[in-house]
Amino acid sequence: MRAYRLLLRLYPVSFRNEYGEEMTEVFERRRRDKSNVVSRAALWMETIADVIVNALAVHLDILRQDLRYVARTLRRSPGFATTAILIVALGIGATTAAFSVTDFVLLRPLPFPAPDRLVKLYERSPAYGRIELSAANYRDWKQASTVFESIGLYHAAAGNLTGRGEPLRVEGAAVSADLFPTLRVQALLGRLFVESDDRFGAQGTLLLSYRLWQTQFGGDPTVVGRHVLLDSESFSIIGIMPREFRFPTPDALYWTPLRFPDEMYVDRSDNWHYGVGRLRDGVTFDQARAEMQVIAARSQQEHPKENKDVNAALFRFDDDVAPQTELLLYALCGAAACVLLIACANLANLLLARALERRRELAVRTAMGAGRERMIRQLMTESLLLAMCGGAIGVAIAYAAVPLLNRLVPLTLPLASAPTVDVRVLAFAIALTAVTGLGFGLVPMLRIGGGGDFAGLREGARAGGGQKESVRSALVVLEIVASIVLLVSAGLLMRALWTIQSTDPGFRSEGVLTMQLPLPMPQYEKVATREAFYARVTEQVKALPGITGAAFVSYLPMGRMKGGIWAVSLDGRPVNRAENQNAFLRYVTPGYFAALGVPFKSGRDVSPSDAQGRQFVAVISESFIRRYWPNETAASVLGRHFTFAFDERTVVGVVGDIRMRGLEREAEPQVYLPSPQVKDGWIIGYVPRGFVVRASTPPEAIAPAIRAIVGSVDPSLPIYDVNTLVDVVDRDTASRATQLRVLGAFAAIAFVLAAVGIHGLLSFAVSQRVQEIGVRMALGAQSGDILAMIVRRSAWLALAGLVPGIALAYVAGQSMRALLVGVTPADPATFAAVGALAIVMTLAGTLMPTLRALRVDPIKAIRTD
Amino acid sequence: MTDLQREAESFLPLPPATFHILLAVADEDRHGYAVIQDVAERTGGALKLSAGTLYRSIQRMLEHGLIVEPRERPAPHEDDERRRYYRITPLGTAVANAEARRLAQLVRMARARGFAPGRA
Repeated sequence: MRAYRLLLRLYPVSFRNEYGEEMTEVFERRRRDKSNVVSRAALWMETIADVIVNALAVHLDILRQDLRYVARTLRRSPGFATTAILIVALGIGATTAAFSVTDFVLLRPLPFPAPDRLVKLYERSPAYGRIELSAANYRDWKQASTVFESIGLYHAAAGNLTGRGEPLRVEGAAVSADLFPTLRVQALLGRLFVESDDRFGAQGTLLLSYRLWQTQFGGDPTVVGRHVLLDSESFSIIGIMPREFRFPTPDALYWTPLRFPDEMYVDRSDNWHYGVGRLRDGVTFDQARAEMQVIAARSQQEHPKENKDVNAALFRFDDDVAPQTELLLYALCGAAACVLLIACANLANLLLARALERRRELAVRTAMGAGRERMIRQLMTESLLLAMCGGAIGVAIAYAAVPLLNRLVPLTLPLASAPTVDVRVLAFAIALTAVTGLGFGLVPMLRIGGGGDFAGLREGARAGGGQKESVRSALVVLEIVASIVLLVSAGLLMRALWTIQSTDPGFRSEGVLTMQLPLPMPQYEKVATREAFYARVTEQVKALPGITGAAFVSYLPMGRMKGGIWAVSLDGRPVNRAENQNAFLRYVTPGYFAALGVPFKSGRDVSPSDAQGRQFVAVISESFIRRYWPNETAASVLGRHFTFAFDERTVVGVVGDIRMRGLEREAEPQVYLPSPQVKDGWIIGYVPRGFVVRASTPPEAIAPAIRAIVGSVDPSLPIYDVNTLVDVVDRDTASRATQLRVLGAFAAIAFVLAAVGIHGLLSFAVSQRVQEIGVRMALGAQSGDILAMIVRRSAWLALAGLVPGIALAYVAGQSMRALLVGVTPADPATFAAVGALAIVMTLAGTLMPTLRALRVDPIKAIRTD
Repeated sequence: MTDLQREAESFLPLPPATFHILLAVADEDRHGYAVIQDVAERTGGALKLSAGTLYRSIQRMLEHGLIVEPRERPAPHEDDERRRYYRITPLGTAVANAEARRLAQLVRMARARGFAPGRA
């Protein structure tokens, strides 16, 4: 019998209380009728099934009743329902959107088998935490290591795909044969690279991405085995990679073998490769890191000069996200959590106020015999229903908002798609909604549902209950605190963005058009061929109306290539890598500085006469003087020598600094060399391929004319990355601007929610105190007194929120210092502005309740109740 | 059609368990187990209401006013205080009547098409 009673617990309490005894009796009689074991077992089976089915049905019946009841009561107070739903929607929407991006970038495993066993291998110096590998160090380290099941190497590449209509510029990567097996990926069609593909001088082989295969080859499976021209070199297509495979970035469209001529193994300062390893079974990450450090230390001893202070750095593959990006996403999540917290506090407050208002109704119903369990169920149903409606709208908001957050995803991750609201995110949102609904639905119940007290009947409508009021005030203070933290954070980031945007990039970006002309090798291997091309294009472009300057450069500032640093040696002294003795290397054609608007500080520009046989000259930036000749001036360094990029160079000119890596980075030393002063076939990566044109007309409008000119000089040459320089600079701060917009939106939501919270609390307090106000007015209180009473209340609320809010905001500012570039976390202007906003918020929330209190008619007020 | 009849019609078609319970309490007040026994007897053992189905139906029928719990109880010697008795209401009678009519009509229609119950 005990077992049966236990089974009955599946029914709701109310049902069990009503029919439990009788059901037990019925069961007892039935059992008595069954004499043997088999029929008793059958009875048990039948009974268990019966209880489960019917208990569920009774629960559903009650739910249906409660829903109907709740819907009816909510329809009676549409203002409450709408407010509650919108509040939840904003909270869930913000949090879900932030989670979907964070999950995508930081939490979700990478799309390779056993991704937690993958690591990235870098070099490390005292100045830089991660430096790409040199081929020589990679080879040595790989041979010495025992912790990897396999390890491979790659670097980004790009080429001109020709022979199929318009020449096409495609991005890709050169990968060693062991890389794809390390990632454990398979080809969709054909085969992967094998050892023989890596041999220097072997026939060129190529793997196509699914996307390139579809767009350029129509998805034709017979392309495997065919030949294509990439940078005028013939490659045989050996396979197609799967559709989801994106590596190393989403833009990579093809892969070629990574081949090294023997000379590559000599230079240990030529760092441009990425190593990817898969840890052997049983080897932990820390063991692997320790071994790599031992190996690197040994290779320091073997090559004391080249490898001075060079260490190995190992990262988990999915940790290879820039710390700034990570911080940014955590800030975003923190902000979303703040919004959700405010939303929940608001919801709790609303429910609490409503429960207080319904205190009498609930007390009457309790007195009439409604069980406590039924009432709690009803209140729960109500808050869950509100939370679910809000959650559904919130998911819709997140769905719409997530594409706007795309820019926050770093482009360096091998991820196939953009973040979307998918099953994982939906599950997160549902869990969040349930917690919100249940957790904050419980608050009023704990305060109200405290058993069959009849106080609610006795009290009359006027009592709000002192203790309950203080809980509500605490919730509102919490909202104010959270909104101040958000407002300050957004304010600080806004200041940071303004500071960055007002930074002088070192050039005048207005009126400049930039583009890439990817001169393919070996066609343009000879300096003379290139110079002829530069001269023809530059001359014809300059002849166009409105063009005031045009020139070529190796890499455009703030472009894709943000590095390109070479060692600098003064007076024949050896280079010390640890001391950061280096400078940016850029080859330029005459007129580059004028076209870009970089000012000359002394000396001259490179000129057509700086040819191969003449003295090797250089134009340097002011920061070069600051670092290497701190006691000299722009005028006095003219004629000085230094060794750079294999040869001794003589300074002939000094120009202003350019922020090569972006507005947020300090200008580093720059060296500009004349384009003809490089030997044929040398340093081909630095061949000038970036083209800048300055125009007095809108720069976008001249692109077609330039295309026509380039097409007439070399029809096989694609033009890509056509951008105004203004756009390039804007893009540099785009993710920051997006982040600010997101955080700003969160702060605005928080601001509104907190104002709503203040408004709700005060208007409730006023409505509860209508009688008191009436009595006071009847006794002669002036409207000024009433006004003071309410404003004092709201001022206390604001103050109570402002003080801890500002303290917490300062802490939050400290923790995101890395994002603030130059703005102190205690920025007085920001704090002053937020303080003012908090006052506006409080006043806005106070306005309506105050007006209502002032309109109280003493006679009516006293008569009610 | 009276208001009572109109209200009764709104319950149709009636779940079989409900109909049987109405039939069981039509002539006398019965407690739960007696209802089960009555239904089993009348159907020759074909329908054995489970406790869950019975009391869930009873709960709904009470809510809808098809049955009530009478105040007076049987003589003490034959009473078990755990037991609760149920009595049909005028609405319950009207609903049972309406359902019986509906079923009869259904049978008439089946006959008209050549389905002859009892002779197959």
